[in-house]
Amino acid sequence: MANDDSLYDAVIIGAGMSGLAAGIRLAQYDRRVLILEKHSVIGGLNSFYRRNGRNLDVGLHAMTNFVPKGVRTGPLARILRHLRLSWDDLGLTPQVGSSIAFPGVSLDFSNKFELLESQIAEKFPRQIDGFRKMVANLVDYDQLGGDDGLRTSARAFVSSFITDPLLVEMLFCPIFYYGGAREHDMDFGQFCIMFRAIFLEGFARPYEGIRLLLTRLLKKFKNLGGEIRLGTGVEKIVSDGDRAKKIVLADGKEIYARQFLSSAGWRETMRLCQLRCVGQPLAEGRLSFVETISILDRDPKKLGHKKTIVFFNDSDRFSYEKPDDTVDLRSGVICSPNNFQYNKPLGEGMIRITALANFDRWAGMNEDQYRVEKLRWFDRLLSSAVRFVPDFRGNIIDNDMFTPLTITRYTGHEGGAIYGSADKKYDGQTPLGNLFVCGTDQGMLGVVGAIVSGITIVNRYFLSK
Amino acid sequence: MERLEIREAIIDILESINPDEEYDDLKDDVSFRQQLSMDSMDMLDIVLELRKRFKIQIPESDYPKLDSMNSTLDYLAPLLADK
Repeated sequence: MANDDSLYDAVIIGAGMSGLAAGIRLAQYDRRVLILEKHSVIGGLNSFYRRNGRNLDVGLHAMTNFVPKGVRTGPLARILRHLRLSWDDLGLTPQVGSSIAFPGVSLDFSNKFELLESQIAEKFPRQIDGFRKMVANLVDYDQLGGDDGLRTSARAFVSSFITDPLLVEMLFCPIFYYGGAREHDMDFGQFCIMFRAIFLEGFARPYEGIRLLLTRLLKKFKNLGGEIRLGTGVEKIVSDGDRAKKIVLADGKEIYARQFLSSAGWRETMRLCQLRCVGQPLAEGRLSFVETISILDRDPKKLGHKKTIVFFNDSDRFSYEKPDDTVDLRSGVICSPNNFQYNKPLGEGMIRITALANFDRWAGMNEDQYRVEKLRWFDRLLSSAVRFVPDFRGNIIDNDMFTPLTITRYTGHEGGAIYGSADKKYDGQTPLGNLFVCGTDQGMLGVVGAIVSGITIVNRYFLSK
Repeated sequence: MERLEIREAIIDILESINPDEEYDDLKDDVSFRQQLSMDSMDMLDIVLELRKRFKIQIPESDYPKLDSMNSTLDYLAPLLADK
């Protein structure tokens, strides 16, 4: 049996945004808490790395849910209060302006919702009334969680207000790209979260990238007495069938705790418990991305590229699905970290392009093929993107690319599933009474969403009792 | 504890929860919810901080009594009388 030294109040699997936030909440209230992270760095999907002397973010284009300092409502204000952070701690700089570009029509939007409204009124005059009605019928964050009424089809909801299929596709393009865990459709509840996060609130980025926030969270956690072990994979969660008892690490060591919280993903967590047959297994996520990073010899604005993020699609119908081909060149997201309203320029120019990709094709390559295919698809994806933004290919001085395999390396998600399982476990409960899930598979997406998830699950199941 | 001391302690808790807010003009008779846009999750934080600092248990059924500064002081004064 465990002695007192090895008994924790709570053990958290994963040092991504949700795990760190959960850890801070627990440590704030004097719980003895340990975070286990398989990877050698914190952050999960929202991590960072160094390459050729540059600091690069893994998953982050921008943080959504931006509200200016002083606004007390909304998820950003809420996480600041719950983590005892000041607005200035995040160092957020709002976006310049973004757009959704389809053949022959584009919609500009910014952190001022009126811009999107006026664009729709101008380009889809027959749809503006329906659009406004739809916005009035979105539900709030507070109403989410455990309510199965939110599992209805987002497409059905949107189509009941907007009758032009082109506008429906255009609105879904950013929403799927930034939070679609399932092909073609999503739950109504998730749509509401994403619509608010992207269109009603908006984009911002820390000047230093995501490492600033991660470093602050980690420091806070440690200062409160929290313990963390990096490079420490969990081999299994041992239970008596009703309650989790202990965690066995990859090196054979055992850790005992009263309560457990996993941000590893639903399927991944069930596998750790060896509970394959218990409860309803959630469908696997099929959606994965590649992302190219181009370092430029000048600021993208000097090449005429002024937008923060451009979501593009080259036909009237947007297919959000696992492609048959290695990369889907029909659509994508073009982001320039330079194009935020910083007080001083960012330094080097950078353009990141994201597109849908097929995990199995990348996983089936040998090392040489993988290297060659990365180069090939890098060129192809850039050729696709410059149909929608000024051609910057002559100005590239360095580049990198991540694939579905990279996503698995950072997140541990099966199949490189960028946003986890296709279905979500909103109540965070598992078949084991003292094991809960948070993060992507609890249904909250994005940096702010993940933090909300960690806080909410801890408040509900760990601190309220 | 005196009422005034308890009030100081609550302001201190509010400040720790939200350092960006100004509490000098806090109206004691207006609800926190309305004045500071606090929600049920924030109320949980106040309860947890009170538990941590003063070792008092506040049952969930009593949360509504922590509505404004005045009602909170009315509720806490007897509980903290000999602390």
